Amino acid sequence: MARAVTPRRKAFNTLAAWIVGVLVFFPILWIVILSFKTEGDAIKTPLAVLSAPWTMESYAVVQERSDYFRHFWNSVVISLGSTVIGLVIAVPSAWAMAFVPGRRTKDVLMWMLSTKMLPPVGVLLPIYLICQSLGLLDTKIALVVILMLINLPIMIWMLYTYFKEIPRDILEAARMDGASLKEEVLYVLLPMAVPGIASTLLLNIILAWNESFWTLNLTAAKAAPLTAFIASYSSPEGLFYAKLSAASTMAIAPILIMGWFSQKQLVRGLTFGAVK
Amino acid sequence: MGRITLDKVSKSFGEVEVIPPLDLTIDDGEFVVFVGPSGCGKSTLLRLIAGLEDVSGGEIRIDREPATHLPPAKRRLAMVFQSYALYPHMTVRKNIAFPLRMAGLDKAEQDRKVEEAARVLNLTDYLDRRPGQLSGGQRQRVAIGRSIVREPSAFLFDEPLSNLDAALRVGMRLEISELHARLKTTMIYVTHDQVEAMTMADKIVVLQAGRIEQVGSPLELYRTPKNVFVAGFIGSPKMNLFSGPEAAKHDAHTIGIRPEHIAASTTEGTWQGRVVVSEHLGSDTFLHVHDTGLAEVMTVRVDGEFDVRHGDSVFLTPEPDKIHRFDAAGLRIA
Repeated sequence: MARAVTPRRKAFNTLAAWIVGVLVFFPILWIVILSFKTEGDAIKTPLAVLSAPWTMESYAVVQERSDYFRHFWNSVVISLGSTVIGLVIAVPSAWAMAFVPGRRTKDVLMWMLSTKMLPPVGVLLPIYLICQSLGLLDTKIALVVILMLINLPIMIWMLYTYFKEIPRDILEAARMDGASLKEEVLYVLLPMAVPGIASTLLLNIILAWNESFWTLNLTAAKAAPLTAFIASYSSPEGLFYAKLSAASTMAIAPILIMGWFSQKQLVRGLTFGAVK
Repeated sequence: MGRITLDKVSKSFGEVEVIPPLDLTIDDGEFVVFVGPSGCGKSTLLRLIAGLEDVSGGEIRIDREPATHLPPAKRRLAMVFQSYALYPHMTVRKNIAFPLRMAGLDKAEQDRKVEEAARVLNLTDYLDRRPGQLSGGQRQRVAIGRSIVREPSAFLFDEPLSNLDAALRVGMRLEISELHARLKTTMIYVTHDQVEAMTMADKIVVLQAGRIEQVGSPLELYRTPKNVFVAGFIGSPKMNLFSGPEAAKHDAHTIGIRPEHIAASTTEGTWQGRVVVSEHLGSDTFLHVHDTGLAEVMTVRVDGEFDVRHGDSVFLTPEPDKIHRFDAAGLRIA
């Protein structure tokens, strides 16, 4: 039986949802507002900030002082590169674990997940030294590889749970119909798993785009992505709220827009299996 | 083309032996039904023949060629799954054409065969739909269509009708039987439903715990069940089986008598009991009789006109030459 929802209850629920939504979104909104104020107005009380005149001054200064597009390009290469390479490794791994599991498959999955529980700073020194001796400090290659390895467990887990939901019968039917392993994966499994693969891809681009620990520690100038671009505006000499906000807005805008357009896909992929 | 031989085929999952070594020959063009309670290994046996599971021992031959180590794709067998297992992202046309595409047939030939199969199965109007837009019966027909286009040497059916409602099931049962009559290709059909087995099979293989209990035509199994298990499994309603002094009178440990071989009367008869439930089917009535001193419940088939009510006393008389006798090990006494 459907639960009865009174209009009052519905209004209350809607209001509560809006409050939560605004609370979560507010910091981002505030950053965007601050980015359009002068440095002097940005540190005033909230009401005074709102009534202060709007200006593009901070954006102009930020663009002048640092090269936004180089950082943007670095972010694109690092996030896309690590995600695509990760997928190439994760799809076959997840296939094997979902459809031909061995006795240790569950253990391997748990072990992979456990690596996510390790504080990254614990391995900073060895990884830094490895990068240094290989001459990979401040290179995009190093970040692509490291972020790929860091996100690989999540990718494999997501694809694994997704593949698990695909009925075995259908793959067996393909086998009976004369499909080779390659054909079975190419014509049957992958088309059926497109939503899962797409949401894995999206989530990992977002995770890699936002990653700041490794990007800040292993880059200086050449390979620095947008996270480093933001960080360069929080200086010890004092806070430049307006400029920092402008830099942040420019850094998060691309991923925010991408997330906005793909949110349906993302939610569907993340909740797959829970809501059929 | 389509003779399948199993030679001492066995299957174990880890320590558990689900199918002890087993021999079976399926002749070309035969309609063979594997029947048994759930967990008896009938589906596993089918999957071994299909190549979807590896045998633990023994040999499988298809058309006299060794097939034990061939992958499913190379065995020239087609399979219809209980879940239909259609490709959800493909249209009906592409689903049916898939095996032809895998076999590398040219497009024109694929189209011709798909159209032909769709015509036979009344699917012509649905060729451009996706499986999700079809009813259960239509999906099952698509699955059958996909299996016939390739002209396999044998068809394997894994409980294909279990997901259909009762009325549709009877219709599809007839369609599959007609298909067999027309194609004359070997068919192996797995079911737990003994009615399906009786109505469709040329040969029934009754399985229990991975062991073959009896192989024979439906009427052979009905008339001369080899043991108590087959006697109880084949026939609906079930045969009445009981031991005790009444069995001893017939020099047997256990005797069995089918509900249709017992005459009921309100006035006189061999055994007496009390009617607890009477199921009216219209043409027939099934009486469930208690307190006979034989089995806990005796089931009797009487004419639909026979008028008794709950609690009435009733007399039962078995047809003497229809009594089945079994020894202490449960085996039939000739």
